[in-house]
Amino acid sequence: MNTIASDLLIWARGSGFHAALALFLVGILWRLVEIYTLNHPRRCLATPLKDGPSEGFKTVFRRFLPPPGMFMRAPVTYLGGWVFHAGFFIVLFFFAPHIEIFRALFGIRWPALSNPLIELFTVAALIAMLLVLVSRITDPVKRFLSTFMDYFGWVLTFLPLLTGWLAWHELLLPYTWSLALHVLTADLLLALLPFTRLLHGVTAFPSRWYTGVWFGRKGVQS
Amino acid sequence: MSATLERGLNAFRNFLNAPAASFFASCVHCGLCAEACLFYTESRDPRLAPIHKLEPMRRLWEREFTLLGRIQAMLGLKPEVTDDELEQWSELVFDTCTLCGRCSLVCPVGNDLVYLIRRMREGMAASGHAPADLLGATRRNLEKGSAMGVTLDTLMAQIRHQEEELGVEIPLDREGVDYMVLLSSMEIVQFPEYIGAVARIFKQAGVTWTISTQAFEATNGGIQIGVPDIARRIVMRTVEVAERLKVGTVICPECGHGFRALRWEGEDLIGRKYGFKVQHILEVLDELRAQGRLPLDNLRDDRPLTYHDPCQIVRRGGVIEQPRNLLKMVASDFREMADHGVMNWCCGGGGGVSTLERAEPWRVMAFKRKKEQIEHLGVHTLVTACANCRMVIEEDLDKYAMDIEVVGLTELVANHLRETTSKESQE
Repeated sequence: MNTIASDLLIWARGSGFHAALALFLVGILWRLVEIYTLNHPRRCLATPLKDGPSEGFKTVFRRFLPPPGMFMRAPVTYLGGWVFHAGFFIVLFFFAPHIEIFRALFGIRWPALSNPLIELFTVAALIAMLLVLVSRITDPVKRFLSTFMDYFGWVLTFLPLLTGWLAWHELLLPYTWSLALHVLTADLLLALLPFTRLLHGVTAFPSRWYTGVWFGRKGVQS
Repeated sequence: MSATLERGLNAFRNFLNAPAASFFASCVHCGLCAEACLFYTESRDPRLAPIHKLEPMRRLWEREFTLLGRIQAMLGLKPEVTDDELEQWSELVFDTCTLCGRCSLVCPVGNDLVYLIRRMREGMAASGHAPADLLGATRRNLEKGSAMGVTLDTLMAQIRHQEEELGVEIPLDREGVDYMVLLSSMEIVQFPEYIGAVARIFKQAGVTWTISTQAFEATNGGIQIGVPDIARRIVMRTVEVAERLKVGTVICPECGHGFRALRWEGEDLIGRKYGFKVQHILEVLDELRAQGRLPLDNLRDDRPLTYHDPCQIVRRGGVIEQPRNLLKMVASDFREMADHGVMNWCCGGGGGVSTLERAEPWRVMAFKRKKEQIEHLGVHTLVTACANCRMVIEEDLDKYAMDIEVVGLTELVANHLRETTSKESQE
């Protein structure tokens, strides 16, 4: 049993990880080419009120926050969204063992957060993800809009967080098994990201920029 | 597949560009666009979520412009867009969207949804799924020069009436003047006092201006319905006349999308820069105010009043502070609605919705949002700067038996001018 788990862990950390990384890189490149080599709108001839590109740049950041009056209309969407995105990225980039992976890949390292803090962010992200899932199922408009791909993207993101947390606490499964599953689900997330809704992590920034430029030219902060 | 459907799908294919693909790829179905849309907030009908209004076009993008989508289409997992489907979408795209653009301002991944919905309308128009009422208005716009079928005779009658009533001259077809004033059909027919107000203000401010008998209409049905060729021809009519008369600036009236059509899209439509400037009347009035050329009486309006921002002028047009500067000048108890300025809520009748008879129940339902905003402030006077908003608001206030006076901002400013002009001119 343990041998299978160890073999799986070794594969997931080695060949599995490299295959996932390759698929991630090729996939992202493919999707970006597929999207951004389509036509671009002609340059707008109307005399602008403000500089479009700099307004576009501001919009890229402004859209992390809700516009006036919107937070109270969808508090779970906003709060849940912030907490799980922030939690996920903090754990990904500031958990000591993760930093080791980046060091092995890029040769650079940075200070890690203490384990209790990582624990806090992991649990917060897990709870927030459960909340946004419940909201997706119970909110009529979100339920109506949601497709298989929305739930699939959720599962892909949730599993590495959950298995990582289980491995840390050695809950439910023997440590080697949960760690193997953790690395395997992380590989899966990496490999499939370009082909799922999770691609928004890349495309949302140019999308915000386009809109920011168009509104900005008219003197409207967006 | 019918020829018309193919034409519609081709319109989608020709449009689908990098921003559109980026927007579609970014959507995570968070539902926030729905929370920003008054048709959804007032009905709670999930079909009205702005992103859902784009579903046929999104699926076409996925089927034909992405590798995975093409594979899924080959396996029969992604059905083609059909005529029946577009017919069903007609209500979502034309009747329950005023192109107000609030969803575009709210989307956390930054999708400009209204940009896409306009292109969706273009495909729908090309495939024969545009509502007949809108088609009729657009045809009148093109053939008679006015969406409401207003003729030059009607305009001349209203001009004469205003001249007699106010004792001011309304110059026609003058060359080399500072400003050429456009009007909307609705102003000519229902709010002709706008013409008189402009005449009084300009006389007081000492600017030269004219109305053209060849191109007086600001409305652009081609923009509303989504037929760029018609939109181009309507813009061109104004451009030719304004350049022939060598005017400095063309002024768009209190008409939302007419302003957007000429100020923000016209030059792209005709493929060159204009030989004149385009401003909204509120921009001009605010400039005159700043230059001290709007002498006012000392009787500021002390009624509690609020301002309804027309979407195409504020959020899609960038005229944000000017109306507020003017209102603060003439009114002592100006109260802002909770969501105002670029975050205003639409009246419910923009984007051609007010033209559609079949959309009336939707429009009246959507007005509940504005009703609540007005009631919350406890005012009995509402000022606005779009003839279409004004007409829709007046009609819907009536439907909800609300006793609120609706006033055009230009008219309100004119009513507070220091009336020395007629005496001086007689002397």
